[in-house]
Amino acid sequence: MATLMQRLRMMRVGSSKRESQMIQIREADHSRQMMPPPMDIAPNDPIVAYFLSAPGAIEVDKLHLDSPALQAMKNAGVKLAIPLVSQGELVGLLNLGPRLSEQDYSTDDRGLLNTLATQSAPAVRVAQLVQDQQAQARENERIQHELRVAQLIQKTLLPKDLPALPGWNVNAYYQAARQVGGDFYDFIYLDDGRLGLVIGDVTDKGVPAALLMATTRSVLRAVAQRVIAPGQVLERVNEIIHQDIPPKMFVTCMYALLNPESGQLQYANAGHDLPYHRHQTGEVTELRATGMPLGLMPGMIYEEKETRLAHGDSILFYSDGIVEAHNPDRGMYGFPRLMRLVGEYERDTSLKELVLEDLAEFTGSDWEQEDDITMVTLQRSEGYGVSEIASRSIGTAEGANSSNGTDWQTLAELIVPSKPGNERIAMEQVTEAVSGLNLPGRRLDQLKTAVAEATMNAMEHGNHYLPDRPVSIKVLASRAALSVRITDHGGTRILPSDTGIEVPDIEAKLAELQTPRGWGLFLIKHMVDEMNISNDPSHHTVELIMYLEGEDHASEKS
Amino acid sequence: MPAKSLEAQVRHRPQVAIVDLQGEIDSFAEDVLNAAYAEAESRDANVILLNFSKVDYINSTGIALIVGLLARARKSKRRLLAYGLSDHYVEIFQITRLVDFMSVFPDEASALADGSIVS
Repeated sequence: MATLMQRLRMMRVGSSKRESQMIQIREADHSRQMMPPPMDIAPNDPIVAYFLSAPGAIEVDKLHLDSPALQAMKNAGVKLAIPLVSQGELVGLLNLGPRLSEQDYSTDDRGLLNTLATQSAPAVRVAQLVQDQQAQARENERIQHELRVAQLIQKTLLPKDLPALPGWNVNAYYQAARQVGGDFYDFIYLDDGRLGLVIGDVTDKGVPAALLMATTRSVLRAVAQRVIAPGQVLERVNEIIHQDIPPKMFVTCMYALLNPESGQLQYANAGHDLPYHRHQTGEVTELRATGMPLGLMPGMIYEEKETRLAHGDSILFYSDGIVEAHNPDRGMYGFPRLMRLVGEYERDTSLKELVLEDLAEFTGSDWEQEDDITMVTLQRSEGYGVSEIASRSIGTAEGANSSNGTDWQTLAELIVPSKPGNERIAMEQVTEAVSGLNLPGRRLDQLKTAVAEATMNAMEHGNHYLPDRPVSIKVLASRAALSVRITDHGGTRILPSDTGIEVPDIEAKLAELQTPRGWGLFLIKHMVDEMNISNDPSHHTVELIMYLEGEDHASEKS
Repeated sequence: MPAKSLEAQVRHRPQVAIVDLQGEIDSFAEDVLNAAYAEAESRDANVILLNFSKVDYINSTGIALIVGLLARARKSKRRLLAYGLSDHYVEIFQITRLVDFMSVFPDEASALADGSIVS
């Protein structure tokens, strides 16, 4: 066996998984100087089929096939080749050069080599499997390590604490997929008391995504403190990160800026899934603003929009891990289901938990989370502003107790179809709702007029008397005050603030220089102690507040 | 709930027409109110009394209708008076300054007894 070829290298055939794998067999290297170069055999080389069909030692020089491998063997001086076949699979070759004695290989030699091949083939196969397994283990370890690094980056950079804003409930949820995605969220506290909310998603997964997420987060934090306006913030961040972002990677990102006092929310969006605004009336609208994802190209402009969260409103920011989750039948969770769910949300539950429960129900118990799941929920407390007004104005112990807004009770939630004359329905139903409060007759009359006028405005100016646009009325009471919130669908119309309502000029009306109409808002203002008006893109709400104790402000006005 | 319609009847006295109103004064009341006022004017009354004692609801549109009647009365040099308003609507007439242009009395007798009418 002195001429036993010292090294054999071939492309093994078999399953596609192993097609590209190489094997290297080392024999005693006492004749290293004769070792031929490594040789690859393509899986589709005809010699492979020949070796499998003709087991046993083969004289290479006598073989005539259009085979690159055969030619290479001849060029390397191989005289005898013995296929190593295990379970019908060619796992290697035993190649021999010419005998040192320059004699041909004898029948005994061939018999010995065949026996050797038969016995060594399974051992080679086992060695290959062990080698495969070790390579796989190393790869798994590398992936696991990468995941740990990505998780560490995520864990380090996601906010540790939630914002504590009086009158607001801010919540967040992040659950990494097994293969960590690039989701992130952040809270940015501006010096003027406003709160920046960020939710984003980096393409790709693992460490590259985590690193880009970290970069984006840092740049956003720095820019948001200096630039303020959300559209310009995203514009600036895009300019900075697009220079360094790897090809085919980008970041979707929603940035919103909340004024906790007014409920005003400015926002801009770099291609992220549209958040849902759940209005106190139950209607759900999307926060829609156009803009390309960050990092794709320079010079992008980001549309800036604004809404206002009324008391009782909520917003859900989320990542695509929710809407792109699949059930066992490969159906996708989807936007419509999420939007509908947000509309069904009742305030005494957690919006975050509601979404998670519904997602679990949809995906089933055996679901392996496909992508990161991230949520940020923003909720404005019921009647926070009202209770504060009441406690401030009344200054009693009872009033002070109500300042946390927790003692508001809903007395009624009414829906009134928009039809001329239906303000009478609103008036009577609100009267019934507050019957337990034993309002003095004069106060009740004032409330009835204010409710009727506000409902008329809502039906006429907000809903244009459209039958499918009812007016929603919510009646709440604390120990200190009564609140009636009348909401229509005329979100875009601008009405003056409480202090901006003009006193009608009756002289001009009597002289027929002005329309005799235009008394509604003026009347409302004088019937109640407070009137708050709020708009968002879809809704318009007039809140009537009447103090139940203390000074009678409405009578002072009159 | 269907809106209650306004009903109006006019009683004529020498130089005075009394319009008895019953129901609600809102947008549905416009035709009835204007017709009653025209009837009240028809016999050259100098003074027209609006009797609100059976009116249980006046909204801002109703206020606008009353302002319209008052403008008509001023143009034709007639006096328009009101009586029988509930305390709540007296308050509203005060807030809107209607009382500055239209005297308000508690009842018919006091309205008729007003010196300016009698004379």
